[in-house]
Amino acid sequence: MDKSINIICGHYGSGKTNFSLNLALQKKREGKNVTVVDLDIVNPYFRTADYTDFLINNGIRVISPASAGTTVDAPQLTAEMYSVFDNVDGYTVIDVGGDDVGAYALGRFSGILKSLPEPYEMIFVINKFRTMIAEPEDALEIMNEIQAASRLSVTGIVNNSHLATITTAEDILSSLDYAEKTAKLAGLPLLATTAPSHIAPELEGKVKDLLPVDVIVKLPWN
Amino acid sequence: MVLFMAERVLMKGNEALAEAAIRAGCRNFFGYPITPQTELAAYMAKRMPKIGGTYLQAESELAAINMVLGAASAGVRAMTSSSSPGVSLKTEGISYMAGSDLPALIINVQRGGPGLGGIQPSQSDYWQATRAPGHGDLHILVFAPSSVQEMVDLVSKAYDLADNYRMPAMILADGMLGQMMEPVVLSEESDKPLPKKEWAACGHNNERKHNIINSLYLTATELERLVKERFERYAIIEEKEPMFENYCTEDAEYIVVAYGATSRIAKAAVKEARKDGIKVGLIRPITLWPFPKKAMAAAAENAKAFLCVEMSMGQMIDDVKLAINCKCPVNFFGHTGGVIPTPVEVLEEIKKMAKA
Repeated sequence: MDKSINIICGHYGSGKTNFSLNLALQKKREGKNVTVVDLDIVNPYFRTADYTDFLINNGIRVISPASAGTTVDAPQLTAEMYSVFDNVDGYTVIDVGGDDVGAYALGRFSGILKSLPEPYEMIFVINKFRTMIAEPEDALEIMNEIQAASRLSVTGIVNNSHLATITTAEDILSSLDYAEKTAKLAGLPLLATTAPSHIAPELEGKVKDLLPVDVIVKLPWN
Repeated sequence: MVLFMAERVLMKGNEALAEAAIRAGCRNFFGYPITPQTELAAYMAKRMPKIGGTYLQAESELAAINMVLGAASAGVRAMTSSSSPGVSLKTEGISYMAGSDLPALIINVQRGGPGLGGIQPSQSDYWQATRAPGHGDLHILVFAPSSVQEMVDLVSKAYDLADNYRMPAMILADGMLGQMMEPVVLSEESDKPLPKKEWAACGHNNERKHNIINSLYLTATELERLVKERFERYAIIEEKEPMFENYCTEDAEYIVVAYGATSRIAKAAVKEARKDGIKVGLIRPITLWPFPKKAMAAAAENAKAFLCVEMSMGQMIDDVKLAINCKCPVNFFGHTGGVIPTPVEVLEEIKKMAKA
């Protein structure tokens, strides 16, 4: 996750947006020049663009579809997208829409992404508690569909297993075997296992590559 | 995909509705995409072929509801789902099903209206669901879940009551509930056979007279007799089936009434108001038809005022007034068009009501 271009993909609802926001904030804290791209042209709900003000207030640049946040159902990407590929000193997080349907929009940039001087990182986010990817084989099936739609290759896996507001340390520990199996099956490195920051201290020393994350994506009454 | 048993999983409301229907025995889904319910159809498209069921994307909403009518006529548990503009298109079929005494489940993941409206959450189809889900003298059962878990629980309840009373049922959700993710526990699919439907047109095998599914009755007296018989059933439902949740109502001087996603916002506001010493409670209708009239009337005994909170211009307020026989003032607060009320706004309204 130290490359210049970081693409975040996965099954919808696996927690891509919350992970993307955290990754962007973390790299910003490290002093990088961070841009977040909301590439989701599939779903108008619970998306990175909803956090535009939050990101800008944290000194992060945001590029999102022209219709995002307007409630207009006319998905289109802006030409500003291309600027991130020239920004070799910057750090870019591209939050892709869910599943293969979301990844089609990424396919349009596959040529340019493959020809970058520094290879891109493409992270497949998994969550054991999501029913459609609850088994490593199912996760792999969706990963392969995403790769086919985007014409790009996943380079690493992030275990983002959680149960929303009621996630416990045990839940995360119970996901480690699943995450390792999925990574092994995919032949890819398991880059990190996330944990809500209030739980992370309990998991120190028990989870390899533990990545504490703040729960930023919330419901109106939480 | 392994059939996950009674363990906690994380699901979107739309997916949970689909999985719950499958576990309630639905093997026939007919849909048409529309935001914000499309994940439901997408989930069915992935799941149904794996379990020997039928997923069919119809050429229109009207076609989909008529496929549901056909499947329901044959006695199986069928379902369709849509969002507000799509449900308007389905109303003809819903009326025909009510007129043919057919059980089926219709999902409405509401968005802003009228017309094409918007794609953000709304509760502005309350009138449609409870007053005119189709033409004619009719009611359908209307359930309003407020969490992903309740979406799961009410789908099976809706199927059971629809079968029992031979009428269509609707889950009236909204874009927020459909799109949000929450942990849920799904029960295993029951291996108990579904209730036998002696009336179904599913082949008589020369063993009985043939069954006819029909809603056309040209003799006025015959049609009146049938409608009256149906309304006798409706009266039983109004007596036996209303569902609601009371929260902090025991000593409440002020009552907030809210359903669905809005009730979660209202509950957060009621909690805050209680901290400020305001004696306020929440009644959350779980069935919108039959409306929990008795719960409202009971709360009105000691209440000084009511507050309806909705994501609409105030469509439930008349039902509340009728239920409490206008015993005390019924105020309203809401947003519409896809704007979601906040707990802070609702709290302000509660404070205003308590000061008045």
